[in-house]
Amino acid sequence: MLGAECPKPCKGKWPTPPFDPRFPNQNQTRNCYQNFLDYHRCMKTMNRRGKSTQPCEYYFRVYHSLCPISWVQRWKEQIKDGTFAGKI
Amino acid sequence: MAYPMQLGFQDATSPIMEELLHFHDHTLMIVFLISSLVLYIISLMLTTKLTHTSTMDAQEVETIWTILPAIILIMIALPSLRILYMMDEINNPSLTVKTMGHQWYWSYEYTDYEDLSFDSYMIPTSELKPGELRLLEVDNRVVLPMEMTVRMLISSEDVLPSWAVPSLGLKTDAIPGRLNQTTLMSTRPGLFYGQCSEICGSNHSFMPIVLELVPLKYFEKWSASML
Repeated sequence: MLGAECPKPCKGKWPTPPFDPRFPNQNQTRNCYQNFLDYHRCMKTMNRRGKSTQPCEYYFRVYHSLCPISWVQRWKEQIKDGTFAGKI
Repeated sequence: MAYPMQLGFQDATSPIMEELLHFHDHTLMIVFLISSLVLYIISLMLTTKLTHTSTMDAQEVETIWTILPAIILIMIALPSLRILYMMDEINNPSLTVKTMGHQWYWSYEYTDYEDLSFDSYMIPTSELKPGELRLLEVDNRVVLPMEMTVRMLISSEDVLPSWAVPSLGLKTDAIPGRLNQTTLMSTRPGLFYGQCSEICGSNHSFMPIVLELVPLKYFEKWSASML
């Protein structure tokens, strides 16, 4: 996961999530949550279709950079227990 | 950091703070001019024996003291809005650092690559070494690369503290369940101090913030040594 290259125009390693125009303001909560959801949805779809999960790495890098560790741990627990509120 | 008998702002470490300093000088000058003019006129009024009891109209002076304040307000508003928009400019950060407020300490997370996280507690007065600053020093400082745009994401695990570093012109509230973003850019290396800026319980005054801005090479060495 950590050897991921950054998207096309960039060269070298992943620096940090770029500016996302969907979330231009101070409140970045949704940016973190949306990328977390998108990663899990991408993994689920790719695995279901038997395709490579490489494109999902972008979402992983973004949520891993932006989301507080405690939030990610809590959501992972909830997913494991089946009590996660988001649609994956 | 702050020093005894301080009257003005701390020296600016970021471009935005420099702008704010100059804006403050400009606005305070206007305030002093108006105040001294008003005080002078009041002193004139109170020290004259002349009287005039038959004022009928004062069209000219009324016009002047309506138009002139409007112009002064515009002269304050335009630089203010310029700085406001400058703070919201889209910049591409090179690093993301998260800080979580707790009762009563800050914890920092650097997760762009590996998971680096640590807590930052104030050093109690009884354990200060000579030369260290009372109520301002911490055990683990926030080491950051200088002259690079850093995205700071601020949140909280329990109460509502506020993460502030005056010399960089930063103050952002930490709210549980919400991720507030601010941008940090330091023009020089050094230690920059701040204190919790929102009442959050009994030790609100004892959870300071210390940023250690260093060249990129030292930052990379430090982060490798912390893992």
